[in-house]
Amino acid sequence: MPARVVILGGGVGGTLAANLLQKELGGDATVTVVDGTGMHIYQPGFLYVALDQANALWLARDERTLLRKNVELVVEHATRIDPSTQTVALAHGGSLSYDYLVLATGSRLERDAIPGYGDSHDFYSFEGALRLREELRRFKGGRILVGVAGIPYKCPPAPVEFVLMLDEYLRKRGLREKSSVTLLSPLNRVFTIESASKLVQPIFDKQGVGLSTFFNVESVDTAKHTVSSLEGETAEYDLLVLVPPHRGAAVIESSGLGDEGGWVPTDRNTLQHKSFERILALGDATDLPISKSGSTAHFEAPVVASRIASFVHGTAPRTAYGGQVMCFLETGGGRATSLRFDYAHPPIPPKPSRMWHWAKWAFNRAYWVTIPQGRVG
Amino acid sequence: MTLTETAVTKTIDARGMACPGPLLALIGAIRQGHVGDTFAVLSSDAGSKTDIPAWCAKAKHEIVEVVDEGGFVRFVVRKAH
Repeated sequence: MPARVVILGGGVGGTLAANLLQKELGGDATVTVVDGTGMHIYQPGFLYVALDQANALWLARDERTLLRKNVELVVEHATRIDPSTQTVALAHGGSLSYDYLVLATGSRLERDAIPGYGDSHDFYSFEGALRLREELRRFKGGRILVGVAGIPYKCPPAPVEFVLMLDEYLRKRGLREKSSVTLLSPLNRVFTIESASKLVQPIFDKQGVGLSTFFNVESVDTAKHTVSSLEGETAEYDLLVLVPPHRGAAVIESSGLGDEGGWVPTDRNTLQHKSFERILALGDATDLPISKSGSTAHFEAPVVASRIASFVHGTAPRTAYGGQVMCFLETGGGRATSLRFDYAHPPIPPKPSRMWHWAKWAFNRAYWVTIPQGRVG
Repeated sequence: MTLTETAVTKTIDARGMACPGPLLALIGAIRQGHVGDTFAVLSSDAGSKTDIPAWCAKAKHEIVEVVDEGGFVRFVVRKAH
């Protein structure tokens, strides 16, 4: 009887893991992806939509078109996982049994966790990006603050990229002289990685972009137009853009499989759940203190697929996750840099250049025909 | 085993994790935690030796212990408010 592999989540990690597993195991396993929407969203595109550089239609595809023919897709929300019976309950009453389960459930935004969040904007969802785009189209100048309202959050470079691209956007529209742009950084520097921070800080200085350090957004007063930090400071805004608080998926929490933030306790090398060896996790869903990004999921998916294939075949696993992440960082003015690192090697980012900007652009364009299918290693 | 090792609410192994890094992981844990919780962060990033104490001083959380374990440093921080 073929092994039953169930994958919860049809994002980059779940889709790639499904395709690799089906390819490697063939008739030795059934591979089923469960996704609540059946739509695959290319989330790095939100930034470009918010800043009027891309059409929102570019960001979504039918998940079915990205999966290999023999991968089954179930478009339903998973509501509960029971590791003792190895079953997943579905929203409409059915259930699926598994021999191996992959949690690729991503993260969800929890805007309500911040008092007064309602007035602010973000570029972390379709709706958020479109709403911010409209707000920016109406914007006539003023004080813009960009902050982080929860940790962990997806794509740590995104607020820096947004601020530098916003600076350029305002210049093009003739609004930069009438506006101030300030990044409220959760850390004591512009970016989490010090070497990258040293590249970006001079660009902030040159462009006149402000920086408030150790400012972790705690609450917003919409009547006074002020935002306050965990560290006890307050700042005034005319337009507030926040990275919303993130949590793990509801099904992880309702099944008691996560920590207090809903993140899955995951071994940093084997990617197995720390309590249930037949459950593996990848991407945003894990509790690993590593970037929550498509890139992380992309590097983890082959490890998850290969390890499950080994379990099915009864052989020793040949691969482990070494902390690999690669990402681009837009620095404005049509330039970008790149960050590549793993557990053993910190990143050494190259000087921002047009080449990396075009590399990111080409990656964005080629995503649909390369990444979910495993055509880029 | 030291006293603090038995008392920590949660240990965050951020060794080799350049991004988002040990301090952001600690801030995240403190945001989620309760007053009085203690968090141990393991960091191999040289910057943590200045960054973590600087943030704790500004945000007024208590550093209970800093131990150089050889190759990495173990910071224990208590959420004070």
